[in-house]
Amino acid sequence: MIATIGSFGLFLGLVLSVYGAGVSCLAARRDRPDLLASARRTALVLVGLTVLAGALLIAALVTLDFSIRYVANNTSRGTALYYRVTALWGALEGSIILWALWLTSFTALVAWRYRARHRELMPTVLTVMFSVCAFFFLIMTVPASPFARAWPVPPDGRGLNVLLEDTYMFSHPPILYLGFVGFTVPYAFAIAALVSGRLTSEWAIITRRWTLLAWYFLSLGNILGAWWSYHVLGWGGYWAWDPVENAAIMPWILGTAFLHSVMIQERRGMLKVWNLALIILTFAMTLFGTFLTRSGVIASVHAFSQSSIGLYFLAFLGLVLVVSLSMLVWRSDRLRGHGELEAPVCRESAFLLNNVVLVGICFAVFLGTIFPLLAELVRGVKVSVGAPFFNQVSIPLMALLLFLMGAGPLMAWRRATLDHLRRILLRPLVVAALIGVALYPLAREYPSALLTFALCAFVLATVVEEFWKGARARQRALGEPFVQALGSLTRRNKRRYGGLVVHVGVALLVVGVAGSSGFSLEREITLKQGESMDIGRYRLVFRGLDATRESNHDRVWANISVLNQGKPVTELQPARKHFLRDNQPISRAVMRTTLREDLYVILTGADVDRGTSLHQATLKVLVRPLVLWMWIGSLVMTLGTVIAVWPDRRAAAAEAPAAAAEAAVA
Amino acid sequence: MVELPNGFRGGDGMSWKKALIPLAVLPLIGLLAYGFTTDPRAIPSPLVRKQAPPFTLQVYDGKPLSLEDLRGKVVVLNFWASWCYPACYEEAPVLQRMWQQYRDKGVVVVGVDIQDTEAAGRQFIDRFKLTFANGPDPGGKIAIDYGVYGVPETFVIDRQGTIAYKHVGAFTDRNVAEQVAPLLAP
Repeated sequence: MIATIGSFGLFLGLVLSVYGAGVSCLAARRDRPDLLASARRTALVLVGLTVLAGALLIAALVTLDFSIRYVANNTSRGTALYYRVTALWGALEGSIILWALWLTSFTALVAWRYRARHRELMPTVLTVMFSVCAFFFLIMTVPASPFARAWPVPPDGRGLNVLLEDTYMFSHPPILYLGFVGFTVPYAFAIAALVSGRLTSEWAIITRRWTLLAWYFLSLGNILGAWWSYHVLGWGGYWAWDPVENAAIMPWILGTAFLHSVMIQERRGMLKVWNLALIILTFAMTLFGTFLTRSGVIASVHAFSQSSIGLYFLAFLGLVLVVSLSMLVWRSDRLRGHGELEAPVCRESAFLLNNVVLVGICFAVFLGTIFPLLAELVRGVKVSVGAPFFNQVSIPLMALLLFLMGAGPLMAWRRATLDHLRRILLRPLVVAALIGVALYPLAREYPSALLTFALCAFVLATVVEEFWKGARARQRALGEPFVQALGSLTRRNKRRYGGLVVHVGVALLVVGVAGSSGFSLEREITLKQGESMDIGRYRLVFRGLDATRESNHDRVWANISVLNQGKPVTELQPARKHFLRDNQPISRAVMRTTLREDLYVILTGADVDRGTSLHQATLKVLVRPLVLWMWIGSLVMTLGTVIAVWPDRRAAAAEAPAAAAEAAVA
Repeated sequence: MVELPNGFRGGDGMSWKKALIPLAVLPLIGLLAYGFTTDPRAIPSPLVRKQAPPFTLQVYDGKPLSLEDLRGKVVVLNFWASWCYPACYEEAPVLQRMWQQYRDKGVVVVGVDIQDTEAAGRQFIDRFKLTFANGPDPGGKIAIDYGVYGVPETFVIDRQGTIAYKHVGAFTDRNVAEQVAPLLAP
């Protein structure tokens, strides 16, 4: 019953998406507002259908309806209720529903928000968005139907993939998908600009907030992925340059480049072709990511399933790229920018360099990711490209990026004399040098980490100075008290100061990464009951093992007392979960976190010695400095994004003159 | 309103070279499509044509069995698990048939049950009425020595103790005919 309604609903969604695309396309050619109204209503119905499909699947998951194959593959009688719900995005078919939910919601949002504006662009925007919806509904109707039946109906399901039984399962996929799908909107507006011939910066200005929010959710999605890797996978690491991790970071890299270069286009009318190409590639990268995860083309820890949808995604990816780039080429004559780089040192060139570096990093990561495929095609050998390559390539470039992050916002537009630059950069550089000197004794053996810390200090110093100088100016000119000046300064230019706060967040994140990469300690040891081991400042004493049986797994844990220089600090209980279904035990790492470092303990083996019935535990213990700063950095990034995205009180009135001014300039 | 591009009218709108840019995407798509024909999990074993690593298997209900005891015979070493569905379930009858057919011709079939519990393993053996030697691999030592990446994997070892062939996935009758039978020639 559920399956029939669900499948039909998705098929209806496909039909309506195609209808919506057709109607919007007609509206574009014939200027028919009534058709556009029909398209708007269709978008709303699509959201309803997707919500219905999602609700039906959740109902089937919660009631353990094993007649539906997806339910049988992802739940079992022992699966807890919470995981039955999050199983919605535990595997391919369900997660496409999630993607479609965001996509249809954004389509409806865009259709309704701009219903009275941008008459020349909206029809094509909706055509593009409905077309993308149609593709995803096609996926759900043909190759990857969430409601496909299982016959014969199994008595029990396979259960959720054990790695996904984690409290934070609710967060990573939905947020990451918000980021991916978010970039569909600026892409649709870019195509609309190309098709309609309105080749000013209009499309970029309208979609500013969408771009920023999509970028933010993509950042957060990646950070949550790193967090999940850190505390679920049990290897003490958070980033392995795994192909699917790369597939999620590449749209982020291009999105970051786009976010910055769009500002040049707004201010100076330059880089029009570059920005259009960048958003096309960013959108294509979001599709490439899903393709890589689901096609089985490259081996990865994320490759949970393999299916024919790879072919569909590849075809769609090819279509998107060929069509979009053709349109760009077609319009390229009319896209000549009217600004020029007036001086070698200026904010434009900083942004330009930022873009070049980011695109360079993305290209290197892309090459490394598909290299196994290339090697097999050309030489017939199986190779894998691992962390050393990616680290070698990206770390030096990231250092350059850090410097730009600090110096760029300080530079003037059009022309910044070297003298001026020297004056404004002097204090932050001195701070950086002092930090470098102060940390030298600790970080002597890790020059790259030392440089990184110095650069992060540089960034922080520049941001502090910017806020300070701005607030002081207001204080002197308007007599405002300092704190109030800070507030009104930020309020008057939310994008700039929000952006600076985001930079601070990024710098803190980098501090965390640098600290935990270079300076980690690691020991693996087998302890008998009562024995202890030392690592760093800590002593760990193994007290004994305990065991319990949960609904779908057995759990064994070790009781560990942790002492810091003799004083008891905490009790840790690293565990091993032995899933009855899989017979593959997974370790549940535990950690003690402070601002300074994480103490990370994994139970890799637990035994009871048959002769003496003494408990024995094999532990892998890591001390990872400064990891907490990564998560603090992400919170600061959130704050910065909220500031930057916050609407101005007179937003509507401000947008119209801005767009008109832009049109006049172009 | 949508404009028609100049190039369609045969004017000097689009230069040829520019039109190639979108088409440059196609080789990349082709490369990714090639990826559909490869199996990233089929990793060739560096052990083929090398000496088979020695092992001692604590056979269920039997004496410990070591590889040296089997020198001079063709050994089909099969790594399986009770949770490995459907491949192990498909190949179990094949292996049992091969054992019954070839045991008098100098072939020994040995099954290693990896990452499994004894109860589930015994249940599997009873279900398929396997009569060849099967045993667990506590600690995974034998699997590690053979570089086993997943289940099922089967190694065919010739009379001299060299690994002749590694098979990933369910072992089929065709594999028996093509890989095992030729080794029986004295």
